[in-house]
Amino acid sequence: MMAGVGGGNDFQWCFSQVKGAIDEDVAEADIISTVEFNYSGELLATGDKGGRVVIFQREQESKNRLLSRGEYNVYSTFQSHEPEFDYLKSLEIEEKINKIRWLPQQNAAHFLLSANDKTIKLWKISERDKRAEGYNLKDEDGRLRDPFRITTLRVPVLMPMDLMVEASPRRIFANAHTYHINSISVNSDYETYLSADDLRINLWHLEITDRSFNIVDIKPANMEELTEVITAAECHPHQCNVFVYSSSKGTIRLCDMRAAALCDRHSKFFEEPEDPSSRSFFSEIISSISDVKFSHSGRYMMTRDYLSVKVWDLNMENRPVETYQVHEYLRSKLCSLYENDCIFDKFECCWNGSDSAIMTGSYNNFFRMFDRNTRRDITLEASRENSKPRAMLKPRKVCTGGKRKKDEISVDSLDFNKKILHTAWHPKENVIAVAATNNLYIFQDKIN
Amino acid sequence: MSLQELAKQPLASKMAGADSDDSLYPIAVLIDELRNEDVQLRLNSIKKLSTIALALGVERTRTELLPFLTDTIYDEDEVLLALAEQLGNFTMLVGGPEYVHCLLPPLESLATVEETVVRDKAVESLRKISHEHSPVDLEVHFEPLVKRLASGDWFTSRTSACGLFSVCYPRVSSTVKAEIRQHFRTLCSDDTPMVRRAAASKLGEFAKVLELEYVKSDIISLFTALASDEQDSVRLLAVEAGVSIATLLPQEDLEALVMPTLRQAAEDKSWRVRYMVADKFSDLQKAVGPEITKNDLVPAFQNLLKDCEAEVRAAAANKVKEFCENLPEDSRETIIMTHILPCVKELVSDTNQHVKSALASVIMGLSTILGKDNTIEHLLPLFLAQLKDECPEVRLNIISNLDCVNEVIGIRQLSQSLLPAIVELAEDAKWRVRLAIIEYMPLLAGQLGVEFFDEKLNSLCMAWLVDHGSCYNVEAATCNLMKLVEKFGAEWAQNTIVPKVLGMANDPNYLHRMTTLFCINALSEVCGQEITTKHMLPVVFKMSNDQVANVRFNVAKSLQKIGPVLDSNCLQTEVKPVLEKLASDQDMDVKYFAQEAISVLSLA
Repeated sequence: MMAGVGGGNDFQWCFSQVKGAIDEDVAEADIISTVEFNYSGELLATGDKGGRVVIFQREQESKNRLLSRGEYNVYSTFQSHEPEFDYLKSLEIEEKINKIRWLPQQNAAHFLLSANDKTIKLWKISERDKRAEGYNLKDEDGRLRDPFRITTLRVPVLMPMDLMVEASPRRIFANAHTYHINSISVNSDYETYLSADDLRINLWHLEITDRSFNIVDIKPANMEELTEVITAAECHPHQCNVFVYSSSKGTIRLCDMRAAALCDRHSKFFEEPEDPSSRSFFSEIISSISDVKFSHSGRYMMTRDYLSVKVWDLNMENRPVETYQVHEYLRSKLCSLYENDCIFDKFECCWNGSDSAIMTGSYNNFFRMFDRNTRRDITLEASRENSKPRAMLKPRKVCTGGKRKKDEISVDSLDFNKKILHTAWHPKENVIAVAATNNLYIFQDKIN
Repeated sequence: MSLQELAKQPLASKMAGADSDDSLYPIAVLIDELRNEDVQLRLNSIKKLSTIALALGVERTRTELLPFLTDTIYDEDEVLLALAEQLGNFTMLVGGPEYVHCLLPPLESLATVEETVVRDKAVESLRKISHEHSPVDLEVHFEPLVKRLASGDWFTSRTSACGLFSVCYPRVSSTVKAEIRQHFRTLCSDDTPMVRRAAASKLGEFAKVLELEYVKSDIISLFTALASDEQDSVRLLAVEAGVSIATLLPQEDLEALVMPTLRQAAEDKSWRVRYMVADKFSDLQKAVGPEITKNDLVPAFQNLLKDCEAEVRAAAANKVKEFCENLPEDSRETIIMTHILPCVKELVSDTNQHVKSALASVIMGLSTILGKDNTIEHLLPLFLAQLKDECPEVRLNIISNLDCVNEVIGIRQLSQSLLPAIVELAEDAKWRVRLAIIEYMPLLAGQLGVEFFDEKLNSLCMAWLVDHGSCYNVEAATCNLMKLVEKFGAEWAQNTIVPKVLGMANDPNYLHRMTTLFCINALSEVCGQEITTKHMLPVVFKMSNDQVANVRFNVAKSLQKIGPVLDSNCLQTEVKPVLEKLASDQDMDVKYFAQEAISVLSLA
């Protein structure tokens, strides 16, 4: 059932929910900057440019409402990061949440890591449904009792109360990144995680905040010789000693932490030879990798560059096993995309739960899905126009030269301010979360 | 004012109330403050939990207080930690061993929280109260709790269970024993690495309480499985378990049951596992005995000393002395000379400074093992090379372990190289390095003798007094002088140090003038009354007219300090007038310290 990207015979994608204000003017702080399901898919977290984290919980499927297949409702909202000022370097530190990563569940509470440019925080989200009642020195209305007429001692009694969800900061991992943090990734040993900035990768123990180990450092002695930066990094889902990091040159390095304490020497190097015929001024910029994700199986990894998504087999370093064009029609527009800075947009990508399909974003609130088995692909749009519950999503087409057919949109009328950078796929089901500026869209499958 | 503070106030009116029971009031406050918004007050109340329980009596403690505490797991870690600790000592307060099982529910809920320190404390308290359970209660109450934790949904509870098996195993029936072994086996192959790690770290402890037949049948297979776990974070914990297991088995079984796994660990693909082997090497050596050491561990140790990862080499280098010491006596020297020393020689010129400095901290210890001739022929060149090492830490480690060589060959052999090394360290750019060598100086002076010291090092000690790096260094330098005088005597001080110290009183830099005062503070007692009165006091008096107020109030402080060394006549006729003059100084601080000195010395 999980196979496929929908739109065919097996199932259709349909609208489920949209979160966020409808207003035309969007407050900068409300722009969603990261989306992430937890391991079970019961919780969905978003972070925004205002430093807030919002967590949605899937409601229990009720038997009498057959149509309701577990909508996501707000569970907890909290301010994760505040704007700061680094007085030593005279730098403002934005509160924007760059990444959220959930920890595997260890007890009744949930834990997540959230990072802005410099600081990573560990949050605990827990429920409380009991309250202690009964004081010795106060009566039920809060009036003080005469302290000199206490004849018996009362022990507080726990009484049920309305469910309260609390988010509390448990640890703050600070002062380890000189450059901007672009990735955090929890290791499969459940006790360490890595954080990557433009030039370095640090390894932390989840319980230790006052030190981290620098495992990769690509900062040249002379900054004028800088030719490459780290763009993303992730731990292998099962092998606790393996992690990968991608670079602005379009390459991926796989490191084995067993080999040495410092991972400045990689054990695998993934790079696709450049096609000399398509070389242009923009080649280097568009080959920069904006996201890297291991498949759930741990056999493959996927990388996103400006125009395509590539799937690599970890056992083959010289070229990807699959390449999908996301919006090839933009190749002729690179000049104007360079001028309006869009060419530096960092699109993310994600796998579905069975690794059979992948999803990534584009412009004009379009997002793309690729079925790895059938090689079928589909373009969908996150839009309020079609936001009736259970409404089918219509596939979109961009006209690429020639005569524009009905239902097609021409490249020139694409809105480059509406971009879908962050998407997430439920780990077990066909439920996806798509961040479009300040709105979060949730889509589900509907079986034909 | 908090209620708790209020409770401490002796209230007159409280006594007046004829029908009030005033002993209840403070307890009432403590109970209420279990829920105060201020963490500190909650913590305070938890720490006085025994007082509350005592006032409530055993019955209400069991029926009301403990149920309330069982659900109080929302609190801050420090409160939970204190609670977990308190409950370990609560047996008498719930009515003695007969009722000790009432403490299990709150500790069970604490054993599932996410914070490791709290969980560990809860497990510690559970282990403690397990001994207070009767054998019947242990099976009826305690063992079911261990099972519940072991089969809990969350891995926090399963990790906690790992630490409880060994305390109940020896005291339960053989059927329950079989169940416990089965639970432990299950946890050793848990899905989450957290639980496997907890099981691996408790494997050795659990093996100790098992019957030998089960050690051989159960534990060995678990150990082998954990030692080849896919996660190196689990494998490395199995190393320590292997050491414990090795001590339990008869010598003839070691080779077949433990050694293949340990050998594999010493050559593991992951440097972290090899590091662990290196780190536990001495324990391992003791556990396996001399024969296996000779045949197996010597080559393994050589490999670790030559490991490609510096962290592993450093850990192994740290163990060189201990390993050599514990080698079987009959073949010790041959093994060291033919197998270990060649590796050590290579490490002296290692590319990594941590490796070199780890080696430098133990290498001197080899001289006592190898004796005079070998030391001179083989080790001395290494010491000399390390004394010239580019890394200051290496040199420092050699210098701070000179005493071992001194016993074997005498320090003179080294003095030619020693001196430049000391001088260089004394002028190192890092103040911490300078501080370390200053602190080491008195010991060094003792070993080198007064002549050598006067000739070569005295001027160095004086130079430290004007170190600009940090106030710690000046303080250490004055302290150093004091220790030198303790060693060489007052007469030596009068001839060498005192004149130089007093000379600084005329220095144009007021900081140096103050240093004179600091030295006098430190030296007056060890130098004794005569030198202090005759030589130091006049200088102090002279400085009471210094133009810098900081110097003047330090004069007042110095007089207060050296006052007890002086005789009462001198105090009255000489010190008192000076302090009185300072007490009417224009500067506030000078006045303050002068008055303080007058009152401390009782001169008013």
